[in-house]
Amino acid sequence: MFDLKGYGPALLNGAVVTVELAFLSLALALVLGLIGAAAKLSNSRVAVGIATTYTTLIRGVPDLVMMLLFYYGGQVCVNMLSDYIWDTYEVDFFFQFNPFISGVITIGLIFGAYMTETFRGAFLAVETGQIEAARAYGFSTWHTFRRVMVPQMLRHALPGIGNNWQVLLKTTALVSIIGLTDMVRVAEEAAKAERMPFHFFIPVAFVYLALTAGSELFIKWLDKRANAGVIQES
Amino acid sequence: MADQAPLICKDIHKTFAELEVLKGISLETRKGDVVSLIGSSGSGKSTFLRCINLLETPTSGDIIVHGDPIRFTTNRKGERIPADNKQVELIRAKLSMVFQGFNLWSHMTVLENIIEAPINVLKVPKKEAIERAEAYLNKVGIYERKDYYPAQMSGGQQQRAAIARALAMEPEVMLFDEPTSALDPELVGEVLKVMQSLAEEGRTMIVVTHEMAFAKDVSTQVLFLHQGVIEEQGTPKKVFDNPDSERMKQFLAPKF
Repeated sequence: MFDLKGYGPALLNGAVVTVELAFLSLALALVLGLIGAAAKLSNSRVAVGIATTYTTLIRGVPDLVMMLLFYYGGQVCVNMLSDYIWDTYEVDFFFQFNPFISGVITIGLIFGAYMTETFRGAFLAVETGQIEAARAYGFSTWHTFRRVMVPQMLRHALPGIGNNWQVLLKTTALVSIIGLTDMVRVAEEAAKAERMPFHFFIPVAFVYLALTAGSELFIKWLDKRANAGVIQES
Repeated sequence: MADQAPLICKDIHKTFAELEVLKGISLETRKGDVVSLIGSSGSGKSTFLRCINLLETPTSGDIIVHGDPIRFTTNRKGERIPADNKQVELIRAKLSMVFQGFNLWSHMTVLENIIEAPINVLKVPKKEAIERAEAYLNKVGIYERKDYYPAQMSGGQQQRAAIARALAMEPEVMLFDEPTSALDPELVGEVLKVMQSLAEEGRTMIVVTHEMAFAKDVSTQVLFLHQGVIEEQGTPKKVFDNPDSERMKQFLAPKF
């Protein structure tokens, strides 16, 4: 077997951190994406404005810059808020931004913007006749959304979600920059200490590859399920 | 007590932006009536049908479903809107619609399409809804396709499934919006045959159609619409054989 010079358990822990970070960020991104899409498709000009500002801003700024901004800037904001609360209410409120939380928030926010676009397009792709039939049969708005809009929207959204997920998974590596001991960080330290870059980075690359390949299979399976009833053009 | 009229429409107007599409259409049905709405494209017949179940909100006029008048209110922009969405949902459940483009939910099988609204809107127990669905599928002659998805069937079969979906609501009135217009000519007959059998059972139906033979032979009442007004109205015999309106005569005249 590959000799990891005693870094094996640390790398494994790092891999777990990577996966946790990715899943939590994905959950946040999906929620933000749904809210963003709903806002963009709503009749409220304020909601459309906020959602458009959000997606334009996020998609126009490099991920790394956002990450640094949230980690260092976020702590400064919390400190200021904490001082203010102490001065006015004499309540001790403090919150330590750690790299993991910053990572989840930043990646969630970034991919929330991409998911917003994915979901928006997917909702627009649902045929109006499908929604009209639901209304004509006395469905409530919520029932129409849950039983007709969402299942039909997912067909159009899944390829985009899959794409975003793969990029998201790889973006988690950036969090090592702000000091999170994820798999990349451990590998970097080990590689420096042992002067063996290939020895440590190649296994890391393979872990990422395994994760993305595995999720690709899972998404294919989901896609097949969501597309039940659609004649596939081969 | 005499049978209550399943549907009464009084002086329905509909304006889109500046364009007045319906200029006062009234209709009163008795139980078992088959009303055919005929007229050229753009005459407003489909819009009228869509006003009945509030897919379009009429700009003015009243709709009374089985003695229950739909309540309206005005929103901040001054547009007329239904006052009570719950009432609209209840009324729609009594007026099931068959669409030109079938509009079966494509992610559900035929059976799932048919039981969805009875279970979730009418709160029929699932077992009963399935039995009901199977009976209606038998009636429209596609029982053996119940586990197919809509995309796996021909247009005629899809439309018959859509009719079974409408029947499963056991509605007061069935609304048909050009049910055969999207079908290949050889598939029109199978759908018309099902509709004729429904008419013979005494179901109340309002049918927007271009099938003159159907309007003439099956309906009890024919409305000829032209530019948003009723030009000619009466029994098929009267409308087809002895129309008063010049427009109706032109409409019936051989085209070539």
